[in-house]
Amino acid sequence: MNAMFRKFGAPVAVALSLTLSGGAAQAAGEVDIEDVDFSFEGPFGSFDPLQLQRGLKVYTEVCSACHGMQYVPLRTLGDEGGPQLPEDQVRAYASQYEVFDAELDDYREAKPSDHFPKSALENAPDLSLMAKKRAGFHGPYGSGINQFLKGMGGPEYIYNLMTGYRELPECAPEDFPGYYNVAFGAGGYPEECKDEEGHPTVEGSWIAMAQPLYDDSVEFDDGHPADLHNEAMDVAAFLTWTAEPKLMARKYAGLTGVIFLTLLSVLLYLTNKRIWAPIKGKKKD
Amino acid sequence: MAGIPHDHYEPNSIGEKWLYKRLPIVGLLYDTLMLPTPKNLNWMWIWGIVLTFCLVLQIITGIVLVMHYTPHVDYAFASIEHIMRNVNGGHFIRYLHMNGASLFFVAVYAHIFRGLYYGSYKAPREITWIIGMLIYLMMMGTAFMGYVLPWGQMSFWGATVITGLFGAIPFIGEPIQTWLLGGPAVDNATLNRFFSLHYLLPFIISALVAVHIWAFHTTGNNNPTGVEVRRTSKAEAEKDTVPFWPYFVMKDLFALAIILIVFFAVVGFMPNYLGHPDNYIEANPLVTPAHIVPEWYFLPFYAILRAFTGDVWVVMAASWITGGIVDAKFFGVLAMFGAIAVLALAPWLDTSSVRSGRYRPMFKWWFALLVLDFFVLMWAGSMPAEGIYGIISLTASAYWFAYFLIILPLLGVIEKPIQQPATIEEDFAAHYDAKAGGTHTIVKPAE
Repeated sequence: MNAMFRKFGAPVAVALSLTLSGGAAQAAGEVDIEDVDFSFEGPFGSFDPLQLQRGLKVYTEVCSACHGMQYVPLRTLGDEGGPQLPEDQVRAYASQYEVFDAELDDYREAKPSDHFPKSALENAPDLSLMAKKRAGFHGPYGSGINQFLKGMGGPEYIYNLMTGYRELPECAPEDFPGYYNVAFGAGGYPEECKDEEGHPTVEGSWIAMAQPLYDDSVEFDDGHPADLHNEAMDVAAFLTWTAEPKLMARKYAGLTGVIFLTLLSVLLYLTNKRIWAPIKGKKKD
Repeated sequence: MAGIPHDHYEPNSIGEKWLYKRLPIVGLLYDTLMLPTPKNLNWMWIWGIVLTFCLVLQIITGIVLVMHYTPHVDYAFASIEHIMRNVNGGHFIRYLHMNGASLFFVAVYAHIFRGLYYGSYKAPREITWIIGMLIYLMMMGTAFMGYVLPWGQMSFWGATVITGLFGAIPFIGEPIQTWLLGGPAVDNATLNRFFSLHYLLPFIISALVAVHIWAFHTTGNNNPTGVEVRRTSKAEAEKDTVPFWPYFVMKDLFALAIILIVFFAVVGFMPNYLGHPDNYIEANPLVTPAHIVPEWYFLPFYAILRAFTGDVWVVMAASWITGGIVDAKFFGVLAMFGAIAVLALAPWLDTSSVRSGRYRPMFKWWFALLVLDFFVLMWAGSMPAEGIYGIISLTASAYWFAYFLIILPLLGVIEKPIQQPATIEEDFAAHYDAKAGGTHTIVKPAE
């Protein structure tokens, strides 16, 4: 990676011409993102540990075949405000992975102090980062205002991506590479599905990943229904936790700040009023 | 200190006298806090305190972040993840620092536009204004370099594009760019020098802030009427002013508390709203993001940078006159820096003898249009530079320059200002009842 930095100076010129001439390399089409409700939304929202545990199962049995989460320490599975697995289960969970230990100069079983493995495939994004990237209210490819009002973000994107696979639209040829997904805006389109100006005539675009989740792809230990909707909800919740593990602590701190500052501003308002009273009378019309 | 006549610090106890002979620091603090301040200042005069708070917040949170950050291309991104996941309270400190930059710019823009409306830049406050502009430039530099440190995609490509602007300067551009980057492209050397400067500049800003305050404490504050405090005698000055402590300290703290409620709500509930999602992807020199967009506070000037394309007649004219030395790219760079330069030159471009926009019937409308223009530019800067957005950017950029270079000089000649109040006291009495029901005495310095 670092060696590449030194070798490739050329992107400088590319970026400059891109920015000064146009910016948008491709016009992202419309995407179909449906708003779904999660327990952790809003100022008082919190993660549901059972949902996170189910999401972990979906991640482990399906996603982790290709994707990784190299920045997430395994021990955090036991953390307060997370899936809250008991210590022995965290240890047992960790032991299924193998990591390379530089001191031993060999592979060994992972311990809770190790991280989740990296993505196994070169082009499979790191999932905690992907969820993080969408954790802001900006994404996915939508207007900030809509996101602001409805609180839509990363988890909605993941849910809709999981459930957004559809039959090929009529305009598309059978052999176009990738899979059609109405929630994915960053992929390519066949020429047949573009209008004269080159804008897509269909919702979404073609994604390299085949549909990963179907009804009953996993079996939940707590007997929770495992249809596509629930699997997608649970894995979206889990990935949001991996992206924002301190979400609950953050909201709590924010709320505490807001409450105490409100109190402080009331006191300051009264103080200010009182010291100005001899100087400033009522405002005239 | 020159300026408005007022009482000065008198050491009383033996200890105070002892210290005063050796280091009159208490006197300095006293004179600073007891500064006679026009009593009619409105709520737009609170931003100075907010800005001071931001500077302190950024320095404190920044110092803590540095303890856990690694300025190296291989570790920078991972060290940010480490701060967000493993450092106690690290996630909150980093979100405070990230959003603190946004609060800083909200406040500085409000502060600048306050100055533009009430004519705070006019004589004798030009030095205050110019130092303010230097602070603003340094803030932009600091924010830009800070944004590079997490080493995400937008960090890398933002640095590539912005340093590329210097490369657009004819003849000497490329050596300058190489010198800034420490190599042919954005790399470890760039990250290290940006880190070093990002740590240094806030302290230079702090020093400039002290000079900024010194300058306006010498001239006295401007105020919503733009009429100067009477300063022929202390008794007269006291009719126009109240001491900064406690009157304005309390008022400013109250305003700050209200602003911080909003700030904490943003940090606690939607800390990534103002950031760019792509910055949570590690920098990759081989993948150019579809949209390279700067942070919101740079967008107006980014729009001006992109507005002047090769098919605009001014650009073609400039290119023809200079024999192609000034091409569209360089013209855009000149326009962007020029947009800040005209702002800094406002004291000499404004020919009106009346300070406050309140008494300038025509100016008011042009000023309102300038504020609108600023937001239009901000919006246009966030849009892809194609189709209708190009025309909007160009129109809005043209107005920005027209306001400073044509409208401000002309208005002073053709506008007929309305009657200003003779004194601040008169204006104050016209707005508020003479006496309210306060029971305690008015605080007066050192009597």
